[in-house]
Amino acid sequence: MPVVWLRVALAFYSVGLIYSVVVLGRRTNWITRFTAPAMQLGMIFHFVSLAETFHSQGRIGISSVHDLESLLAFMLMFGFALVFVRYRTVTPGILIFPAVFLLTFAAAVGKNPIAFSSPTLRKPWIAVHITLILAGYAALLFSLAACVLYLLQERGLKAKSRLAISRLPALDVIDQIGYRSLLLGFPFMTFGLLTGVVLAQAEYGPAFIADPKILLSLLMWVVYIVLLYTRWSAGWRGRRAALLASAAFVAAIAAWTANNFSSIHRFMR
Amino acid sequence: MTFALWGVNHNSAPIELRERFAIPAHSLGAATQELALQPEIEEAMILSTCNRVEFLVRSRNGRADLHGFLQQHLQLNPAEYDGCLYRHHDREAIRHLFRVASSLDSMVVGEPQILGQVKEAYATARAIGAVHSELDALVTSAFAAAKRVRTETAIGSSAVSVASVAVELAKKIFGSLEGKCVCLVGAGKMSELAARHLVENGAARILVANRTPANAEALADAFGAEVIGFDELYTHADRADIVISSTGSQQPIFRREHGEAFMARRKNRPMFFIDIAVPRDVDVSVGKLDGVFVYDIDDLQSVVATHVADRHREAERAEGIVNAEVEKFIARQSRHEAVPTIVSLQEHLEGIRLAEFDRVRGKLSALTPEQQGAVDALTRGIINKVLHTPISTLKTAAQNSDDPGSSAAIELIKRIFNLEKAGVTNLEKEGAEPPKSKSAKTS
Repeated sequence: MPVVWLRVALAFYSVGLIYSVVVLGRRTNWITRFTAPAMQLGMIFHFVSLAETFHSQGRIGISSVHDLESLLAFMLMFGFALVFVRYRTVTPGILIFPAVFLLTFAAAVGKNPIAFSSPTLRKPWIAVHITLILAGYAALLFSLAACVLYLLQERGLKAKSRLAISRLPALDVIDQIGYRSLLLGFPFMTFGLLTGVVLAQAEYGPAFIADPKILLSLLMWVVYIVLLYTRWSAGWRGRRAALLASAAFVAAIAAWTANNFSSIHRFMR
Repeated sequence: MTFALWGVNHNSAPIELRERFAIPAHSLGAATQELALQPEIEEAMILSTCNRVEFLVRSRNGRADLHGFLQQHLQLNPAEYDGCLYRHHDREAIRHLFRVASSLDSMVVGEPQILGQVKEAYATARAIGAVHSELDALVTSAFAAAKRVRTETAIGSSAVSVASVAVELAKKIFGSLEGKCVCLVGAGKMSELAARHLVENGAARILVANRTPANAEALADAFGAEVIGFDELYTHADRADIVISSTGSQQPIFRREHGEAFMARRKNRPMFFIDIAVPRDVDVSVGKLDGVFVYDIDDLQSVVATHVADRHREAERAEGIVNAEVEKFIARQSRHEAVPTIVSLQEHLEGIRLAEFDRVRGKLSALTPEQQGAVDALTRGIINKVLHTPISTLKTAAQNSDDPGSSAAIELIKRIFNLEKAGVTNLEKEGAEPPKSKSAKTS
């Protein structure tokens, strides 16, 4: 049953996908009117799907890759809702919606979910660890989206092109979205990694540190700190911030997919 | 319908003549009153702005003559304004008013002030009772048309002056201008205007730097700004988020190294240079720096040009809306006209019948009451047969009031049966129409 709700959510999210494809190319803004309501409806169905999943498991936890994808997609949508409520703009969706769609698509349509059978995953602290890390990922993706929009808007204003001038939010608003999502995401990412370290220490002893997934995650965290520091102390924006955010994002993707090379995160037997 | 609109505007008359037509706000009420008291005129409204002076009236016979009023009140001879004055009647007068209120007849198409000016003229005329019934309905319909144009087209959505484009761009960079700092380099009319627009939109602090300190002081007094010496310009300019430069310097004042220094001190917070000087004050290389935006006068003017083109395209759609609203108004008017016309038509013919009956009453006295009754029924029957087609035409006209031809049909029937006078006296006698009763109160 959760899958059905997730597919309904997916149908609504497809509006967002269309939006992100057509919005920069079109002069008329008809799709913008449908986007926010459709995405809100999608979020409701997505929430129902997650709630049913957790209810049937009898706990809040992750039992397959699909759960993970669905949870991350929901967190992205939650972030989108926060931005929408605060800044009344759907433009970060240009990058967020495709990611949400892909994650939800994989979770809703993908066959034979890789089930995590390891008993380690049943520990409640693991759920905390995963949730915190996913929130950190979502914040990072938002900051990357803001960086890209900032670059687009900066280019548009410099090229004196009326497309960017009329469509995207003000440069300062985009900058604030990016900076605030970084600030908000940092504690999640940090505590997420800390809980992971503590759990791994307890489970595997000091050897865990050489694990590729752990190393990549630490690398991502370092880039994250550099990103925050340069923005805070030197006000790095635009091109340089976008480069750093992409580096952090690449590290995050690598860490996300590194399960197969990791002895600690290989939860399938 | 009996509306007439006389006027001069920026297209029809030179400024010298418009000045003589213009009626200052404090005497507008008196002038409107005087116009409303002219013979044959029932209602009147005067719109007087810097670009147009228009006299809108509803007259009894539909052919108002305002020459007398213009002569008396404004001392204008017909020879002076011949060829500059336009005169519209009924449908054309309605359409003109709707276009004016929707800002389609403005010098800058889509500018928003005109609607407010029409509203003021209406309020003045209404306050003194010069507008009370059909003209009231007409002007309120004009407001409705203007509102539709505003909400359904993008006619007023983009900036079409250099100063307002500068504000729009600044908002695209800084979001809100609240608390932003503006630096004026060189004092000129144009930079002053741009600064005024920025302050109106929330900019908080103004710095003024000018080679002639006296000019800087004068400008600073006007804005409550802070004067900085021209030699300290480079140490102060980075405090400003927006720099408006308009000096007569032959060499660029801001070069790449200045821009780099500013950005370092500003921690890369964006900076917006508005360069309205020719030759330019800001070197092209400054605009290549990250976070620095430079718009010169050509850039601003080309934005203005595209926005003006946008407005003209939207104006075409707006004309369609105005035409539809005009037809809707006329249709509504004819619906109001149809019912009283039917009543007066019946009363008119009944009056003829009774008069003729009276005339031959002596000759009919020999008849028996049954026979007299038969004659009565016969005459009644003839009248009903005669009236059948005109009345059913009027009824269809009232139902299909969307059809512009229906109004013409009503007019024609009124003319054939000579109902104009009969209808008016009838209505005044009964006081049946609510607007009419209002008129009785005010006059």
